[in-house]
Amino acid sequence: MSDELYQRAILDRAKAAARAGRLPSPDASATVDNPLCGDRVTIDLTLDGGRVADVRHHVRGCALCQASASVLADAAIGQTTADIKAARDQLKSMLGGGDAPGSPWQELGIFTPVRRYKSRHECVLLPFDALSQALDSPKSS
Amino acid sequence: MTFDPSAIRAQFPIFAGANGSSLHYLDNAATSQMPRPVLDAVIAFETTSRANVLRGVHRLAEAATEAYDQARGRVARYANVPAEEVVFTSGTTGSLNLVARAFGDTLAAGDEVVVSGIEHHSNLVPWQMLRDRRGIALRILPVTDEGRLDVSALDRTITRRCKLVAVAHASNVSGAVTDVAPIVAAARAVGAKILLDGAQRAPHGPIDIPALGADFYAFSGHKMFGPTGIGVLWARREILEAMPPFLGGGEMIRTVTLEKATWADVPHKFEAGTPPIAQAIGLGAAAEWLMRLDWPSVTAHEMRLTQRVLDGLAHVSGCRVIGPSGLQGRVPVVSFTLAGAHPHDICQILDAHGVALRGGHHCAQPFMDRIGVAGTTRASLALYNSEADVDALMHGLSRAAAQLQ
Repeated sequence: MSDELYQRAILDRAKAAARAGRLPSPDASATVDNPLCGDRVTIDLTLDGGRVADVRHHVRGCALCQASASVLADAAIGQTTADIKAARDQLKSMLGGGDAPGSPWQELGIFTPVRRYKSRHECVLLPFDALSQALDSPKSS
Repeated sequence: MTFDPSAIRAQFPIFAGANGSSLHYLDNAATSQMPRPVLDAVIAFETTSRANVLRGVHRLAEAATEAYDQARGRVARYANVPAEEVVFTSGTTGSLNLVARAFGDTLAAGDEVVVSGIEHHSNLVPWQMLRDRRGIALRILPVTDEGRLDVSALDRTITRRCKLVAVAHASNVSGAVTDVAPIVAAARAVGAKILLDGAQRAPHGPIDIPALGADFYAFSGHKMFGPTGIGVLWARREILEAMPPFLGGGEMIRTVTLEKATWADVPHKFEAGTPPIAQAIGLGAAAEWLMRLDWPSVTAHEMRLTQRVLDGLAHVSGCRVIGPSGLQGRVPVVSFTLAGAHPHDICQILDAHGVALRGGHHCAQPFMDRIGVAGTTRASLALYNSEADVDALMHGLSRAAAQLQ
């Protein structure tokens, strides 16, 4: 039943909208669209010594996408580009049936009910794609 | 002849299968279901007459060609046009791309094509591609807040440079049926041709294309209770004869030498390669099946259900209908937004209640931008829907609102 998909943990995370908004002077930004539904995620970030210092997200998307951005924004602080890309791969693997990631990404486990809804996997991955893209194209300082 | 919705529904095997009785299918604007007579026609062809058409002389080839021709005749009667003006395509998208190539490539820099701000991407992107290929200009007829074409802007949008006006006959988002007459008049006044995208109009009763005054008309089989992979482009004979072919290959030629080829008569000139024969036969059966219905009663039924949807939505807190508020000039397609709830989340929760809806941009992103939303939730009805389907929608929506808002 789809009702299982919208568990309290996901809906609360979506509503909490941790670190929602924009950064005034980000070191990197990226906007990624989901062509399937038109959802759009914009990520701003600042870097400190190769690690993410701060993140903001602006999500025009569903509860899954908002919850994912919210979890990501909290967990990404202090992480390197490699850490975040590894987390993205682990999340994708988890959606495909694999294990939930370990610390500091364990909260991504709230998305395990999304596994059986393949058309919704992209909703969860979109914020990670936006952050990865931003990390790949930092502004020259 | 009376119309009994439950008897109609009983002709659709998908509603009789496992979970069929609890299936509230309200995604008909995307794809409709097929009744038994359509499925029977496809199976009968594949099991008794399967062969290629227009070439062989053996008995199966003769039977296949006859069935294919008969299908064209049935579709032609549904649209009130001569059979030789009906070109079978892969669908509305295929039809529109055919026109954008065969007619579009006769245009030159400085010429203009007009589309509207509520077109499906299939009636926008081919014209953008033509613009980039030929250097024509693309002009946009604006859309009102109700999701109708803004006819007050016709004079300033359709100029003397305009060669084609290509607009939806009915919107797949707002459900608004276009008032064709003023658009035809404005196009005629400057010598431009008119194309109507009838994909959303075709499932709602026989079409009198000549009465509309258009030059091109496109629609799809799978939205009018026929198979996927088949559609129609209609154009007047002299237009079809004047246009160069789109795809080259077998079945569209008269003679071929190593140096050059001459073309078959219309409509075959535009049907290169082996056509989707079974699908065409299925579409012909769908047209025949539809023509036997009592359309005033069917339309009354569809509009009664549409009113039930509109009335129900009016009682949902935070709900905004995107489209006409009444029944005048509309097909039974209702789009809406729900404050604080994303269309895909709504559709996912409604699916758990057995209600099939569509959420998202509906391949009309410019219109979504126009009304300032990422997407809408859409309930689109067909003749087999019932009050129970609408009530399931409303019950599911109240549950979704409680969860998401």
